Amino acid sequence: MDKFIAYALPGLFTGAAYAIAASGLVLTYTTTRVFNIAHGAFGMVMSFIFWDFSQRQGIPVWLSLILVLLVVAPLTGFVVQRFIARGLGDAPVSVSLVVTVGLFVGLIGLAQQVWEPEPRFVPPFWQDKSFEIGDSIITGHQVITILASIAVAVGLYFLLNRTRIGTAMRASVDNPELLRLFGGKPDTVAALSWAIGMSLSALAGILLVSVVGLDYFQLTLLVINAYAAAMVGRLKSLPLTFIGAMALGLLDSFALGYIDPESWLADFRPVIPPLFLFAVIVLMPTAQLRIGQVKGIVSAPVPSLTRMAVSGAAFMAFVFVATAGMSEANLLRVGAAATYAIVMLSLVLLTGYGGYVSLSQLTFAGVGALAYAKLDEPNLYGLIVSTLIAGAVGALVALPTLRLTGLYLALSTLAFGVLMDKVVFQDEKAFGFGGALSADRMSVFGTTIGSTGNYVLLMAFFFVLCGIGVLILRRGVLGRMLVALRDSPAACGTLGLDARWFRVGLFGISAAVAGLAGALFAGLRGTIGAADFQYFNSLPLLLLAVVFGVTSVTGAALGGIGLMLLPVLQAEEVAGVSLGGLMFVIIGFGAVFAGRDPNGLANLLFKIGRWGQRRIVARVDEATGGSGWSPIGPRTGQHRAAGDDQDGYDDGYDDAYDDGTAAGATSHEPEEAGSVATRG
Amino acid sequence: MSLLEVDDVVVQFGGVTAVNHATFTADAGQITGLIGPNGAGKTTCFNVISGLQRPTKGHVRFDGRDVTRTPVHRRSKRGMGRTFQRLEAFGSLTVRDNVRVALDIHRGLLAGFKPAQSDIDALLERVGIAEYADDRADSIPTGTARLLELARCLAGDPQLLLLDEPSSGLDETETDAFGELLRDLASEGRGVLMVEHDMDLVMSVCDTIRVLDFGEVIAVGGPALIRNDARVQQAYLGYSDVDEDGGHDHTAVLPAVAEEVKA
Repeated sequence: MDKFIAYALPGLFTGAAYAIAASGLVLTYTTTRVFNIAHGAFGMVMSFIFWDFSQRQGIPVWLSLILVLLVVAPLTGFVVQRFIARGLGDAPVSVSLVVTVGLFVGLIGLAQQVWEPEPRFVPPFWQDKSFEIGDSIITGHQVITILASIAVAVGLYFLLNRTRIGTAMRASVDNPELLRLFGGKPDTVAALSWAIGMSLSALAGILLVSVVGLDYFQLTLLVINAYAAAMVGRLKSLPLTFIGAMALGLLDSFALGYIDPESWLADFRPVIPPLFLFAVIVLMPTAQLRIGQVKGIVSAPVPSLTRMAVSGAAFMAFVFVATAGMSEANLLRVGAAATYAIVMLSLVLLTGYGGYVSLSQLTFAGVGALAYAKLDEPNLYGLIVSTLIAGAVGALVALPTLRLTGLYLALSTLAFGVLMDKVVFQDEKAFGFGGALSADRMSVFGTTIGSTGNYVLLMAFFFVLCGIGVLILRRGVLGRMLVALRDSPAACGTLGLDARWFRVGLFGISAAVAGLAGALFAGLRGTIGAADFQYFNSLPLLLLAVVFGVTSVTGAALGGIGLMLLPVLQAEEVAGVSLGGLMFVIIGFGAVFAGRDPNGLANLLFKIGRWGQRRIVARVDEATGGSGWSPIGPRTGQHRAAGDDQDGYDDGYDDAYDDGTAAGATSHEPEEAGSVATRG
Repeated sequence: MSLLEVDDVVVQFGGVTAVNHATFTADAGQITGLIGPNGAGKTTCFNVISGLQRPTKGHVRFDGRDVTRTPVHRRSKRGMGRTFQRLEAFGSLTVRDNVRVALDIHRGLLAGFKPAQSDIDALLERVGIAEYADDRADSIPTGTARLLELARCLAGDPQLLLLDEPSSGLDETETDAFGELLRDLASEGRGVLMVEHDMDLVMSVCDTIRVLDFGEVIAVGGPALIRNDARVQQAYLGYSDVDEDGGHDHTAVLPAVAEEVKA
């Protein structure tokens, strides 16, 4: 019994802190439909600010608390809601989630930039006080935390049930438009709930910081526990969220007390929160299919087979020339870029075309690398088997989550990533904690690709191969169905498509592509470890993929290079100032704005390309007196029935028909009109 | 036996009853209108029939089989097709590819690799939107997108068509052509169940009409009968004077009803 109490008390303490964090998450989600992945990151930054006020600047603790909780945090919440989160609630998950992932990455970068790494200490509250309950001792800090959580619960209850604005908040949950019609102000409600949510994340962070330590990642990632608690309340119910948080805190604490550290179960202790999260999500009731507005998302062009082959060859030639005479270190970097680019191709399939967000793509790459190293078959056979193993794991992950959509699916992949990282990758039998596994360069048809330069070329070749594969898939029946499923799952269902098995297949293929990248990476590096595939690195990966364009192969290539350059640039110094976390800040906050268009920066290139092409066509037409020559080749489809006035569509239309904004819409430019006239 | 039987279906969202013991049928070869004021539960009924919404209580039978617990896609395979009130076209794809996807789904993945150009064009011609074939579906007018949804749905050669406000966004000429098309479809032996607010269209093409109000079926019958039903007038106009003096001058909401009554 004494042991029970001894472990129950700290469990209640962590549960109380999770409850505070989770209730903030639920509040912002219910009122604005934006799930703030960066909730923990905000708590982390607020804790740093609290440290800065109370320790570095010497402001009294009580005043620092007031400043952070009642001024800085609510203001931040207000600003974030106004300028970033507004309107995101109606966006597809692949957009809204990516934007908050951007915040997540940006905030970690910001903290690293502002507060350089050094040991920092925040003393617990009410340090010299402790109470005895039986044989157990509960510290003053723990008492304060538990009291604070009760105060938050009571406060939120009164706010939501006894005040006008609280009633408006609850109404906003159901229908913000209706609230507006009845004279309510959904924007005020949204801003208020973000302000409160931010204060709660700050409070949770500050209460945990003396236990967890002031660390960029630890505090940020504690939010996964809050996600789990929030899921118990199905992102709706605050009381259930509190219960979930307490249950998780106690479970975690009792696991520490009652699981024999020697037993196999002990491996699972650090992953109780993600396991809990995974279990709760999987047990959630089926969500209804969304029925909504028509909005095409994918707008990258789908090139012809000839064009793919030509571009692929040109790309290979470029890599060949660019890597000639490159130093070993730089070659390894190019290899890393190729790895990331291939992993991003897997996201083009899954997120770009399919609309599903995965936060564990690097984990699948890790599975591929692990399989390749363990198989010890450094040849095409080993590569194919590793790829298939990663694909099978991907399909397996998709199985229990068949019924899940959007956000829940994304969070379940995050939980899976944490589980794999902590239970499998760090296990002695796999990579080992901090350990490294050796892998050999592979041979192709008996010839070992020994030199790094040639190996990089091989990787580039696989990128081209996968890229063409992805594009062929997009052009074909599967690709059309994927995009259709992304645009309207409900319509696909009523047309007779069983989306669930389709999705298992999609996850499988996507994980296989990521696994292939991992296996190639293992061969490139020679030694690989769990650190190469840490789960939270899947977040910047997703971000860069989206920023550079997650709907196109070009975007993946650019994104791969970008992700490789990130640590390189980070290590640089410009004018004596270390860039430190600045790159993360730029990428993160860049994503906040760029993330709204999944076609990304690559789409800009396409637009410029098409514009140039049209100009050339126009010039040539003028020069040849309108013989109709065009670099795009003759139009294969039949003429539009509408008549001559729409002939402007002909120029470049085939190439751009998937864009909708380019050739067709802008065909009224003077050059274009001229060409039409000379033709007629 | 009717093609579709909705039997005592109840749908509750929390404390709100959206559909209240609704019972009605739709027959093969006939056009059945489902009318009622906004919020009467028409679209919810469609969601229950097509499988997007599970009813709290009650049954849906299609072609003699109970499909209440059958998943959406399987109902479609059995011959149900539907369009949506709030558009669900595949915006990233061209109009032609929208129909192509539907054909691919209908014929199965492997058959989908065979070209079906002429079939697609035939479907687009049939609903009269061939000129938009190469446009992206998120760039075409609303009325056209509704016709596209119909074409997509016809790709599955359904026995029963569930059309949710198919004519909104169409002009008068287009609506007339659409009425023709509906009759044509019914004459092929398909059942058509249509939620529609255009009373001229409903009264001119429907063989029978079911009127929903507050989730309940309050009247059933042919157009002539429905026009003169007191409860229908009550639901649409707020009050009824048919019983008192034969009815006069309420043109605002139900023009067709008023004209008929005047005549």
